[in-house]
Amino acid sequence: MDNLQIATPEIFLLAATCAVLVVGLFTQAKSNTVYWLSQLSLVITLIMSLTQIGDEAVTGFSGAYTLDTLSASLKSWVLVLAIGIFLYSRDYVGNRKIARSEYFVLGLFAVSGMMIMVSATHMLTVYLGLELLALSQYAMVALHRDNGRAAEAAMKYFVLGALASGMLLYGMSMVYGATGSLNLTVVADILAGNSEVLSAERTIGARFGLTFLIVGIAFKLGAVPFHMWVPDVYEGAPTSVTMFISTAPKIAAFAMLIRLLVEGLETLSADWQQMLAIMSALSMIVGNLIAIAQTNIKRMLAYSTISHVGFLLMGIVGATSAGYSASMFYAITYAFTTLATFGVLLAVSREGFEADQLSDLAGLGKRNALLAVVMLLAMFSLAGVPPAVGFYAKLTVLESAVNAGFTWLAILGVIMSVIGAFYYLRIIKIMFFDDPVDDTQVSPASDVTAGLAVNGLAVLALGLAPGLIMSACIAAFS
Amino acid sequence: MISLSHYLALGAVLFCLSVVGIFLNRKNVIILLMCIELMLLSVNMNFVAFSHFLGDGAGQIFVFFILTVAAAEAAIGLAILVVLFRNRSTINVADLDALKG
Repeated sequence: MDNLQIATPEIFLLAATCAVLVVGLFTQAKSNTVYWLSQLSLVITLIMSLTQIGDEAVTGFSGAYTLDTLSASLKSWVLVLAIGIFLYSRDYVGNRKIARSEYFVLGLFAVSGMMIMVSATHMLTVYLGLELLALSQYAMVALHRDNGRAAEAAMKYFVLGALASGMLLYGMSMVYGATGSLNLTVVADILAGNSEVLSAERTIGARFGLTFLIVGIAFKLGAVPFHMWVPDVYEGAPTSVTMFISTAPKIAAFAMLIRLLVEGLETLSADWQQMLAIMSALSMIVGNLIAIAQTNIKRMLAYSTISHVGFLLMGIVGATSAGYSASMFYAITYAFTTLATFGVLLAVSREGFEADQLSDLAGLGKRNALLAVVMLLAMFSLAGVPPAVGFYAKLTVLESAVNAGFTWLAILGVIMSVIGAFYYLRIIKIMFFDDPVDDTQVSPASDVTAGLAVNGLAVLALGLAPGLIMSACIAAFS
Repeated sequence: MISLSHYLALGAVLFCLSVVGIFLNRKNVIILLMCIELMLLSVNMNFVAFSHFLGDGAGQIFVFFILTVAAAEAAIGLAILVVLFRNRSTINVADLDALKG
């Protein structure tokens, strides 16, 4: 039990979550107590996590848990995202008779799962963090009990997610058999040839395991050809849960990819670079082309996610630290932009009405100009139009792919983002130039409005001054 | 004498059976849950075999964690199944087709 203090934010969050769970049993269905307690515990955890940034890398729990610049900063981003998610989904969850306290408690458990994944440097901790996140998410998708579509989405998500975990575990067992260790640092050491045990036969075993690891990671990220769950789950889940799934877990999945492939199996990079390059290309093509045909906005955003996962992988393909930083920047800024998008959708929805068709946004510019402008900035960012942050994020991953010799992939990425711009700009056209179909007042609570305004401004400001986050991303990989 | 490769072959066969089961089964969601359990057990077989032949205990510890998580996973899977059945009155995989586009 050495270095217990490196996990203090997680330990505090877990204790707070259990307390919130108990408090939730004794509060009225309409009260906001659980919501405020959840936000309070997230804010305290965030402060604890922020104080850990900049410390030297410390490993504890017999090498199973690492606190370095990467984990401390990704943890803080996950927590900030979770605060935003809870803020935007409070009224939506309250209006829909979704078990409220359970939504927040499961969300908190998922956040602790993500924090564990981000810090894990041992295959066991990677697996446990991943399952804590995944099991909470399956339950969250099914939280709306009277909604048959949500139940179907939850079932599909559960089966495919469990399949992905099985693949990942099989890969881990093979890597364990080849190297004789579950600790990723030791695995990297052995594969680099610093030990007597490595033979040609064992390297093949590790390569075999690597393939399964990549399948498992690709499932969790939602990269083509392992993307089939993404559209169904995004569409079927309650919008607040879709927002949860599409934002913070992407950062955690990115961290898992870095820990397993880069820190654990970097010597095999020649093998995984090719696989990731193909998945990146397919994700960009399939995501952008199919998104054009969608009329359901959640389904469209699902395909948009798939295409953005393609870009995220593009940075990692080069296996350079500049590329990893670019990918990290992409993951963080993508999560914030999606947060703003779903925040607007949640604000437009009201009791008995789901804003999930493109036409539901018609005339939003006249109904609530602020929300429309936030959505406009988010769409510009997703499409990669300067000065929104998405442009700079795309630029850096493209640059890293070109520098690493994957020029064909970068060219494909540019072509696909031009095609993708069509469906993002269509939303802007619908919001500002179409006449409203229904004139109901869109008036979210004042703190939600403030949050959305800050979120929209952040999307713009980070595009103008990307160095604010980029320097942290570079520091994480130096 | 049973060697490591025998165990690995058994693990691989069980793993393939469960993956094929998940993709070919169009009848019953419960069979999907059984396939998922089988998949995790085949991984356990791998871990125990490696652990024994490498003389390293970590693999067996991992198996305990997988068993525990598998129990939690089965509980959540069955809970989702109950919600699904209450809404749809069916657990036929082929009927789960409301979401597409």
